[in-house]
Amino acid sequence: MSAVPVSPPEKTSGVMAKIIGVPSAGPLLVLLAFGLIFAITNPRFLATHNLSIILQQTVIIGTLAIGQTLVILTAGIDLAVGAICVLGTIIAGKLVTSGYDPALSMAFSVLVCTAAGFAAGGLISGLRLPPFIVTLGILGILTAALRLISAGGAFPVRDEFLGWTGNTLRLGGFIVTYGVLLMFVLYALVWYLLNETKWGRHVYAIGNSPEAARLVGIPVRRHLLSVYLLAGFIYGIGAWLALGRIPNADPNALQTANLDSITAVVIGGTSLFGGRGGLIGTLIGALIVGVLRNGLTLAGIDPLWQDLVTGILVIVAVALDQLSRRKG
Amino acid sequence: MTGDTVLEVRGAVKSYGFVTALGGVDLTLKRGEILALLGDNGAGKTSLVRAISGIMKLDEGDILLDGQRLALGSAGDARRAGIETVFQNLAVLDNLDVASNFYIGRENTWPRWLGPLGFLNAAREASGWTAQAGSLGIKALDPRQEIGLMSGGQRQAVAVARAVAFASKVVILDEPTAALGVRESAQVLGLIKTLPQRGVSVILISHNMEHVVQVADRAVVLRQGRVAGSLVPRRDSVPDLIAMIMGAAPSTSS
Repeated sequence: MSAVPVSPPEKTSGVMAKIIGVPSAGPLLVLLAFGLIFAITNPRFLATHNLSIILQQTVIIGTLAIGQTLVILTAGIDLAVGAICVLGTIIAGKLVTSGYDPALSMAFSVLVCTAAGFAAGGLISGLRLPPFIVTLGILGILTAALRLISAGGAFPVRDEFLGWTGNTLRLGGFIVTYGVLLMFVLYALVWYLLNETKWGRHVYAIGNSPEAARLVGIPVRRHLLSVYLLAGFIYGIGAWLALGRIPNADPNALQTANLDSITAVVIGGTSLFGGRGGLIGTLIGALIVGVLRNGLTLAGIDPLWQDLVTGILVIVAVALDQLSRRKG
Repeated sequence: MTGDTVLEVRGAVKSYGFVTALGGVDLTLKRGEILALLGDNGAGKTSLVRAISGIMKLDEGDILLDGQRLALGSAGDARRAGIETVFQNLAVLDNLDVASNFYIGRENTWPRWLGPLGFLNAAREASGWTAQAGSLGIKALDPRQEIGLMSGGQRQAVAVARAVAFASKVVILDEPTAALGVRESAQVLGLIKTLPQRGVSVILISHNMEHVVQVADRAVVLRQGRVAGSLVPRRDSVPDLIAMIMGAAPSTSS
């Protein structure tokens, strides 16, 4: 029996290829280019305390973008990211100011966020509704509910435990918050899930083709549900990080988190069509946005330009994705 | 070569609105038998195969494997029962590599108690694929190559290899040679012929009568959702087969 003729096999070393990976190379170059420009134009940019500020400014969107990445990899989109996260801050804040145990309050609020993700996933996988519509609906419902719960206004949340993620520690000459470390832990954990487990492989499979995934015996609906559930949990952790950044529960906070998290994911090279991309790209994407905002602010440039440059980056990233698809 | 009944379909009925896809189909498959399932477009072949593969529920009727009634809720159920299917649209995942596609849905993870969240040993899968493909004669496919970048024949080779390697009882192939050249077709047919030696039975859907005559022990013809008749392709003539498919000849049974 003759072998099927094939092109010569290409050898790539598995783990390194995944880490450096071609998909993240582009975003990484963009990040380094911006870093270089800002470093040359302003010596203060590379100062350790400035780099640590960039990380702290990136921590909320960077964390929410983990959940957004999971959802987008399944060819979905999550427009309730910010609302769910704010829900977490309001619930934890309300409970603590009412005298409940801070740790239990935070745990409960993460649980509620997870349940919100579960509800979104249930509607999407169970009723087969488009993720765009479901999460848009949840955004509307939560926006109204948040105003009702908090009686319209923001309120301060002063608590040692809830604010813990904003506490700093020294790593060498570098000052980081526990929140930043927690974000990196989440990235590592979800990276492992996506790249090294059966669960992650099936996320990519479903993102590529739900029908083909079903034909090979993957329980597509249950799997989608688990993706939104995990995303909700991550948004809950995001709420804790948000309380560490600003000790305030504000129903009107994080209005731009939906688009910012999608921006990070897209600039990071993950395809809106699902099945392609990954978390390292998202981390780089979130850092690009953070570096850009910080660098332009340091240079004293009008904040309007930050949005303009970010907008251009999003369009370039999506255009590159489209072009690569047409070629393939 | 053939023995006891391995798969039996009894009174299979399936309709989509007013369209009857299956109007009471009975089918038996012997152990180690290669059965060709023939019929014109819309005769019900694909519906029957989808039911046996667990991806479509019958309105009425039973599917029995080794005399046991199967309750198939998903493709996974059928696979676990020992039934593997190569679907016409292949069911390979373009964004995954060869080895991942080969093991998709039956990945080994470690430690066991973590279930799907356990570590996936990609290196072991790669060597597993190389070994399995080697024994099937599909040697040169790099386990780490993304399958979306490969030719139709190579993709088909992976899909067929997956079914052949993991089926313990029945392999169903829906037009496995439709997209293939002469040499690749010969290879797939060669693979099919090795299955009876392992006690695995085959249901082959094909429009290529030459291929049917080459490998099939028996052919069942469906027409308008019913069994129109059954023939032995090697003994009966190709024109007879075609006549039965077209409904031009009276039904005979062997």
